Amino acid sequence: MKLFIGFIKKEFYHILRDRRSLFILFGMPIVQILLFGFAITNEINNVNIAILDHSKDVTTQNIINKISASKYFSVNQFIEKEQDIESVFKKGKTKAVISFQNDFNQNLVKNGHATIQIITDATDPNTANTISNYVNAIIQSHVKELNKGINIEYQIIPETHMVYNPELKSVFMFVPGIMTVILMLVSAMMTSISITREKELGTMEVILVSPLKPIQVIAGKVIPYIALSVINATVIIILSIFIFEMPVQGSLILLGFESILFIITALALGILISTVSATQQTAMMISLMGLMLPVIILSGFIFPISSMPVPLQIISNIIPAKWFIIIIKAIMLKGVGFSFIWKETLILLVMTLFFIGLSIKKYKIRLD
Amino acid sequence: MSEINYVIEATDLTKQFGDFKAVNAISFNVKKGEIFGFLGANGAGKTTAMKMLIGISNPTSGAANVAGFDVFTQAESIKKNIGYMSQKFALYDDLTVKENITFFGGIYGLSRATLKQKINALIEELGLHDIADNLVGALPLGWKQKLAFSVALLHNPKIVFLDEPTGGVDPITRRQFWEMIYKAAHEGTTIFVTTHYMDEAEYCDRVSIMVNGKIEALDTPKKLKEQFKVTSMNNVFLKLARG
Amino acid sequence: MSISVNHISKSYKSIQALQDISFNVNEGELFGLIGPDGAGKTTLFRILTTLLIADTGQASVAGYDVIKDYKAIRNCVGYMPGKFSLYQDLTVEENLEFFATIFKTTIEANYHLIKDIYVQIEPFKNRRAGKLSGGMKQKLALCCALIHKPKVLFLDEPTTGVDPVSRKEFWDMLKRLQQKGITILVSTPYMDEAALCDRVAFIQNGELLEIGTPKNIVKEYSKKLYNVKSDNMYQLIDSLNTFKYTYSAYPFGEFVHYTDTRDEFDIKELHSYLKDKGLHNITIEITNPTIEDTFMALAK
Repeated sequence: MKLFIGFIKKEFYHILRDRRSLFILFGMPIVQILLFGFAITNEINNVNIAILDHSKDVTTQNIINKISASKYFSVNQFIEKEQDIESVFKKGKTKAVISFQNDFNQNLVKNGHATIQIITDATDPNTANTISNYVNAIIQSHVKELNKGINIEYQIIPETHMVYNPELKSVFMFVPGIMTVILMLVSAMMTSISITREKELGTMEVILVSPLKPIQVIAGKVIPYIALSVINATVIIILSIFIFEMPVQGSLILLGFESILFIITALALGILISTVSATQQTAMMISLMGLMLPVIILSGFIFPISSMPVPLQIISNIIPAKWFIIIIKAIMLKGVGFSFIWKETLILLVMTLFFIGLSIKKYKIRLD
Repeated sequence: MSEINYVIEATDLTKQFGDFKAVNAISFNVKKGEIFGFLGANGAGKTTAMKMLIGISNPTSGAANVAGFDVFTQAESIKKNIGYMSQKFALYDDLTVKENITFFGGIYGLSRATLKQKINALIEELGLHDIADNLVGALPLGWKQKLAFSVALLHNPKIVFLDEPTGGVDPITRRQFWEMIYKAAHEGTTIFVTTHYMDEAEYCDRVSIMVNGKIEALDTPKKLKEQFKVTSMNNVFLKLARG
Repeated sequence: MSISVNHISKSYKSIQALQDISFNVNEGELFGLIGPDGAGKTTLFRILTTLLIADTGQASVAGYDVIKDYKAIRNCVGYMPGKFSLYQDLTVEENLEFFATIFKTTIEANYHLIKDIYVQIEPFKNRRAGKLSGGMKQKLALCCALIHKPKVLFLDEPTTGVDPVSRKEFWDMLKRLQQKGITILVSTPYMDEAALCDRVAFIQNGELLEIGTPKNIVKEYSKKLYNVKSDNMYQLIDSLNTFKYTYSAYPFGEFVHYTDTRDEFDIKELHSYLKDKGLHNITIEITNPTIEDTFMALAK
């Protein structure tokens, strides 16, 4: 045990004394998330919207008043028929159309629910997303008022439609992706580099000619990075919550455990890479080409998997990042519990165990 | 006017890093065609001094003139008139013998015709016919060093600086290397060489020994041995460096 | 027997690194492996420290087989690879502590073993290893290889690139370690260091040229060796190389070591030959061969 602590202590010295690796570890994630975040988000202000009110009753009037009273929106047009929607968007000034169904109030009182359609121009996906969120919020607060002191709860069901860009991308979609990329990069690249550095320096020879067992060397290399990557993941989540007001609907503890699992996957890959590369340079190239590109392209982070050609869809299944993105999106955005993601977790776990097994097996007890 | 033709003149040459004087006011002259041994323990300041002389590091104070140019103001002219070879880097391992010669010849602006002629002469002289198109990385160390030395001489420099050129080379090749040095010196090239082999110090015309940034001894090997009343340069070195 | 090597061969792709090497090192012996870079010294060290597996042949260290019992060997040997394998970003003390821990011991437990050496670098114990001079790095690396009290110590070119003073100190240290009962196998490209070993093996191009005590090896030099000297070294070598009876002529310090192809030869003949070549102050006298002469004669 003492031996092990000694090894870990040494790893921490390496990391803390190397400014470059410190920057990659902590500076880059923060810079990336801020860049991605701010490049995509923009606060909306006095956005022009049009109203298509088929019902024209008290409730719809109240809601319209609430919307136009907010500083975010100004209602600049009332239209009469569905066909006009397209021409409204084509003019480009109006970013959204809110459409109330027929007999809105009647439906609400009689059936307990009524439907509003929010149609947004998603050529600018972030604005579109923000608009629909804000409109939703206004409607929900109205419903709350309506429901005060009433036994049967009314429900207004907003239906969001985005035109022009149905595959919506936005900061909320980006955060899980960025988190995946950063954890992969930091964990896999840093471990593979730190092991190959010892090969280059020649210290690996001395370590090999010592009673240390392969599992001890691997664990000693991995544990410091688990700790650092957990800190990283935490920083990313805190940044997303507080700066981008990203809603984390699900359990943070579950999110934490899933992240640790993914970090270990990445570390195992890093060790695997170091067993096949002799120099830091090779390790870095393999990490970048072999890991980063698939993570960015095939994981569903940027390109939706469902729209890929079938062969690529099949390949995407072996990318651990794909499963992790599904898991954290489910936790962060949908707020689901473990019962909904156990399958993906199991897949990730099996992959991890496979990589760990393989890297221990491939870790050479001799030079070659 | 001095009658002797000096190619290196250093006066109170100093290099300071913070409070630490790596080279502390060294003064010496090297004659044309001389083999000058520049010795000293690890960390005595040899490398720092050499870097100043070849124009890649600016002295903190003092003056030096190399091949007729001032190290402060004419570093670029110095580089054109000297050759340099170090143990750590000499040639590109992933280029062939011919490619290396062509590349280094090209750096010094040799014309194509001259270069072609030089390549052939060099390959002839070193007996490299069969391996002229082989990668340098596959050559034995001794051959590499001999080739590197010839390459450093390609542009007929006035002075060649050799930084531990024979480390790890087998004894026979080491001697062949020195024969090449003698030949170059005989033809008028000045040789400025550092080494850890004390028997090689005996081959030099004059030897300086640096201790803690200062030149503590400078003379012919014979006179140094007489001065310290010992029989070998190794013992001169030990006596001096031990203090 | 502390180290036993039997018919070891090893090749990398097309290069034969070691060719049928056999020798033994006795317990408590200071054994030198002498040869230039690329002779195969490092490959042999790696085979003996269980880092490489030989193509053919067997070897044992401290009674353990290098393949079967590699774990036992790793517990009881100290190894100092060619480039001083230290963590550059760790301080002197941290390096030593780390190597003590991975060998499951402490600095205190074996301090007596390294004390002589460590006191010399102790003033710099908080300095990072990367900032040490070559001589100090070498001492620290030796401390790190010694800290677990190995039975056998492998030192691969510990003095390469190190100045003569540090080299001398280093060999003094090895002598003292030997007295503490540690078997030492050391490799070096410096021929003059051979004389400091109990026994040496000459190695070149993967082959053993000779094994024996330094004294006996020199005795086997069969030719008569002459010191030749004149006022012009270049012309002297040049003239000797073109002399028709020259067997070998190598510069050696201020002299050229000369041997003749004939068993009987008249010094006067060479003298007048050199004089005709325009040399002055010629002296020719018989001299005793050194280890380096022997090596060159064997390698020729």
